[in-house]
Amino acid sequence: MSEQVLSIEDLAVSYGGIEAVRGISFDVKAGEIVTLIGANGAGKSSTLRTISGLVKPKGGRIIFNGEDITGKDPTAIVSKGLMMVPEGRRIFPNLTVLENLKIGAYLRNDDLEKDIEAVYGYFPRLKERSWQEGGTLSGGEQQMLAVGRALMSRPKLLMMDEPSLGLAPIVVQGIFEIIRQINEAGTTVLLIEQNANMALHVADRAYVIENGKISMEGTGEQLLSDEKVRAAYLGSKA
Amino acid sequence: MKQNQKNYTAFIGIAIMLAAVILLENISAIIPGLPQVFSPTSPLFTVLKKAAVYSLVAVSMNLLNGFTGLFSLGQAGFMLLGAYTYAILMVPSAQKDQVYYLFGGCAFDFSILDMFEGIFGSSGAGYVISLILSCLIALILAGAVAAFFAYLIGIPVLRLKSDYLAIATLGFAEILRAIFQWQKLGKVTNGANMIKGFPTFSSFNITGPSGQVILRLSTFVPFLISTVCIFIIVLLINSSYGRAFKSIRDDEIAAEAMGISLFKHKMLSFVISSFFAGVGGALFAMYVANAQAKAFTSVMTYEILLIVVIGGIGSVSGSVIATFLYVACSEWWLRFLDSEQYIGGFKLPLLRNGFRMVIFSVVIMVIVLFFSQGIMGENEISISGLMKKLPGKKERKQ
Repeated sequence: MSEQVLSIEDLAVSYGGIEAVRGISFDVKAGEIVTLIGANGAGKSSTLRTISGLVKPKGGRIIFNGEDITGKDPTAIVSKGLMMVPEGRRIFPNLTVLENLKIGAYLRNDDLEKDIEAVYGYFPRLKERSWQEGGTLSGGEQQMLAVGRALMSRPKLLMMDEPSLGLAPIVVQGIFEIIRQINEAGTTVLLIEQNANMALHVADRAYVIENGKISMEGTGEQLLSDEKVRAAYLGSKA
Repeated sequence: MKQNQKNYTAFIGIAIMLAAVILLENISAIIPGLPQVFSPTSPLFTVLKKAAVYSLVAVSMNLLNGFTGLFSLGQAGFMLLGAYTYAILMVPSAQKDQVYYLFGGCAFDFSILDMFEGIFGSSGAGYVISLILSCLIALILAGAVAAFFAYLIGIPVLRLKSDYLAIATLGFAEILRAIFQWQKLGKVTNGANMIKGFPTFSSFNITGPSGQVILRLSTFVPFLISTVCIFIIVLLINSSYGRAFKSIRDDEIAAEAMGISLFKHKMLSFVISSFFAGVGGALFAMYVANAQAKAFTSVMTYEILLIVVIGGIGSVSGSVIATFLYVACSEWWLRFLDSEQYIGGFKLPLLRNGFRMVIFSVVIMVIVLFFSQGIMGENEISISGLMKKLPGKKERKQ
């Protein structure tokens, strides 16, 4: 087995008195695509937001590349190579596409030309629109921009929060194709999805979260053929 | 390459503008018999001086409100700090007793001007060097004091969001004004009385041996200082810091997820904005030739906010254009509305003292209703852009 990039130990998150995540543990190994699937309110996004430092955990440990990053601020976490594509894309609407990409590399001081070209390679559409303001892009293009922006930080681990949200099926397929390409180019991916079907097809391994706890884990294929998962998340009663 | 060329044309444009200001100031001395407008006492120069000062403050407010998305209303407070710092440091020791006569002299007997005069001499070229150096240092210190207080107040206040931040900064400015008027601090701030006797814009006019003005520079000086400061702010906005500010304005959470430290960058923007507000306050003191806390009310902040809104939130050139229009309207073009006017034997109705403000409010309402983006929106005027349009309209329309 290859080395662990990220390991989560007994992570707990609560907002006020409400426990969103109640002690979950999982790990991500180098070069993998790992997905967390689950219903609304299962605690997926809270987990991701906690890993990226936007929310402080109530308990547990987050270890990234052998270093404890629990409770560190987002600046420190991003600079270690852990970048998130936030839920709902959240591109900067009044900045141009190019400026959006440059913001993604804000903590880097070296030359960005190569990375910008690489992102344009994944998403030729962004190159055509590089002087357009982010807010004028379509939903699919905004998602491309959000992914491209995250790639600009040269992440070791790229975390994505529901990249399929609000997008047409054909666009979703395109995005997932890119996710696979990014992974093949050497970036480890942690993916959170409600679109379990797409996510499980692309993932090496998957965890199912229910009510803030991990209820099932396995390879993508195992879970795809699992009766319970099929009934709960894939909408088939077979 | 392209950027270099752009900077080059910008420099030439600025140099031409500054040269034009000097020419305009002195043209009535060179060519006699010009209309009254060009005489040094005409309202034209009042407007130009005041607008040069206000445009710097407006741009500094725009940096905060328009580019970083922090709605702060403390501008007048930081201007007050700058104005008093400049005034207190620059009043010559010989005049201190006279200025502070109600309090029996000033608490510290120190003047930067005197210090430099001690080194370079107080007449001829020595005086000129002392004046320029001491003014520069006092202006920078004025900014630094404002920035320091911004840093202190920023620690608690910048954790607040939108309206709360506006209220907190507004309150801070009002408290400052009250403190500076406090009689017990009279030996430093001269209480509620004005501090005067320090060098003003007119001190920079070059005079001959018998006191007659050879070359007027009193409009050029505020233009020069404001231009340099605004240029620095523009450089900042176009840098990666500026990009980070704009990303915070657009989406705080996304900016944080990109690794941008919200607090650090908000503080940076706040401190820099306050620094230039402080410099602007010092320039304002030079413009009115006195420093008095009474002048720096919240009305002044609203005036500047109005300019920023009219010019376009997030546009530096919009702020500058709006400042000149606003100041020209309030100090000059609409002045006639305040006195009774006759056409032939017919007395125009409604015109009386205060009517100017009625018309002014209507104009502002029209602008806000029909140009809700302001004059410029988020666009900027560039010299190369103007070159392309020539001969044509001067302003890019919405």
